[in-house]
Amino acid sequence: MAVVRRRSALPQAPSFSWADVQSLSDAHDEPDWLRARRREAWEIYRNTPMPYQEEEWRRTDYRHIRWDEAERLIQANGATAAVVPAKNLEPLTGAEQGGLLVFVDGNVVRSELAPSLEKQGVIFTDLRTALRDHSELVERRLMTQAVRATDGKFAALHAALWDYGVFVYVPRNTIAELPLHVVCYNTSAGAAMGHVLVVLDDNAQATMQVEYASNVTDGQSAYIGATELIVGDAGNLRYVSLQDWNRDTFEFSHQRGIVGRDAQLDWVNGVMGSQLTKAFIEVDAVGQGANARVSGFFFADRDQFFDLDTQQNHNAPLTNTDLLFKGAARDRARTLWQGMIKSLPQMQRIDGYQVCRNLLLSDEARMDSIPGLEIEADDVACSHAATFGTLEEEPIYYLMSRGITRPQAQLMIIEGFFDELLQRIPFERVRQRLMAEIEAKIIG
Amino acid sequence: MVATLEIRNLHASVDGEDEMILRGLDLTVKKGEIHALMGPNGSGKSTLANILMGNPAYEVHEGEVLLDGENLLDLEPDERSRAGLFLAFQYPVAIPGVTLGNFLRHAINARMKAEDPDSKGIPIPKFARLMREKMTQLQIDHAFAGRYLNEGFSGGEKKRAEVLQMAVLEPEIAVLDETDSGLDIDALRIVADGVNALTGPDLGVLVITHYQRMLNYIKPDYVHVLYEGRIVESGGPELAVELEEKGYEWIRERHEALAHFQA
Repeated sequence: MAVVRRRSALPQAPSFSWADVQSLSDAHDEPDWLRARRREAWEIYRNTPMPYQEEEWRRTDYRHIRWDEAERLIQANGATAAVVPAKNLEPLTGAEQGGLLVFVDGNVVRSELAPSLEKQGVIFTDLRTALRDHSELVERRLMTQAVRATDGKFAALHAALWDYGVFVYVPRNTIAELPLHVVCYNTSAGAAMGHVLVVLDDNAQATMQVEYASNVTDGQSAYIGATELIVGDAGNLRYVSLQDWNRDTFEFSHQRGIVGRDAQLDWVNGVMGSQLTKAFIEVDAVGQGANARVSGFFFADRDQFFDLDTQQNHNAPLTNTDLLFKGAARDRARTLWQGMIKSLPQMQRIDGYQVCRNLLLSDEARMDSIPGLEIEADDVACSHAATFGTLEEEPIYYLMSRGITRPQAQLMIIEGFFDELLQRIPFERVRQRLMAEIEAKIIG
Repeated sequence: MVATLEIRNLHASVDGEDEMILRGLDLTVKKGEIHALMGPNGSGKSTLANILMGNPAYEVHEGEVLLDGENLLDLEPDERSRAGLFLAFQYPVAIPGVTLGNFLRHAINARMKAEDPDSKGIPIPKFARLMREKMTQLQIDHAFAGRYLNEGFSGGEKKRAEVLQMAVLEPEIAVLDETDSGLDIDALRIVADGVNALTGPDLGVLVITHYQRMLNYIKPDYVHVLYEGRIVESGGPELAVELEEKGYEWIRERHEALAHFQA
């Protein structure tokens, strides 16, 4: 049967203009190199159609976004950290904190760094301050290596119009032992374009958590974000990202980790909120012996739609990537995971693994998983898998036979399904909080 | 009153099937007594265990099961458990992500909440002491409390974990479904010692087994033989020895001769 598409069905574009880019640069008195980069990105954005039927997008329909609401750049309205829920601000561990950076509507409301880290030369600040104080470091790394304007329509838009962000730099041979904590919280509807740039120099180590959340707003929002994690040779980064936007937010994000020679990236990505999330999550193992572990958990309910598009790029021999995503969907929610392992030609002795495990909690929910491999070498160990399950009666019966009620038994089994991933979060109290949030989703 | 499990004229099948597996089974187990239920494969032993606990994969067609006069068949499996019944599963299911310790704490708390909706549950230090004590008694490595329930457990470890659950939950009537199957002699001894440590005036036990071996360690007061869904012989411990010597063929012949005579 032929399908006739009407022109009006194509996705609408937001009405950003070159003048918006210029006024942003002017407002912040940005350096020339940044203005030039924004201009270049704007040209790419202008010349790229809104994504629609391309392979990575054809299952993701975002045409219900109302750009007239979602394209207004969110302006800080004087709100302080007091508006941020206590759970997001709670220290990551009971011990000393390394740093805390809180944004409300893109505005820095708290910026703290432990003196011990500062003494070590660790930089943990907002991107605007970093542009002023560490211009050279930022210029060298900002959207030059990990996420690029050429990665897609939304990457280009972000590169042209990003308006706030985080900059982390850990110098060579430095271990930042205390955890760094970032909270990005929005109080009004509109567009937010946050950027995270983390750079670990050679043989440096850090642990970091970034949380995204917003309160209920009147109108839709668009989060057009980018995350860049650059781990130098022999470096070690543990990075946790938790997204819990309100249900009127559309997230379009590009996130990429670059892992150097003998370096290690341990990345946990949790997606709970938003109306629709389209996230490109990629790791590039660029140095021999690089190791990346990418873990994802997601739980979609009501009419949420999550499309998580992962890619593991083996650009050097003897590299390891290990990806495990686990998700659940209930009500009429839809989730999609598309995974790809790629290698450059002749990258021998690489080991790539990807698996997505899905737990379907209602007949009306839909979950899809599409793993893929593009390997151009022969001495490799690459595998992929996708599994789908529902709540089975046998384990429920077993738990009930010990006196546990049916709802409690179901809860325990679903929490058990996620436990393996939550155990990868290095902060006990964050694990407990997420467990409570998963519980809230289950009980709904 | 002494807690009593009474099974009367029980007829049951696999859910949705017409063929009866239990065909008029009668059995009474009182607190303080140990009963052994023996029988050849296919006689209905495991069906009985499943029916008693309320496995939804089985269906009762006729009869009743009373625990202290209350009809268990009207209750959900969790309510049966809280009423004092325990089943040691023949094939305990693995539940990834749920640790043995966490599971048992929830099981205790479910009991406390059923009695008092405002109960805060067992305090963690008290629970930890209880677990340590029972695990030591059953020669279970304390690290097991932190392992996912039955996941990667060996056959013997699973059976010991079942007995541990029984020890922690302190039922009034316990049904052991083929708890001896697949155990080597050392594991069997540990499991049997664990069960023996729990027996006494406060516990009634129904040991379901194919082999007499287990009964060398857990001494039954009564032995029953199940054949084609009914108990066809009952006696003292000597019956188990007789079965061991003569095999089930003897029961079959005798029962068929009897059936022939009655016809």
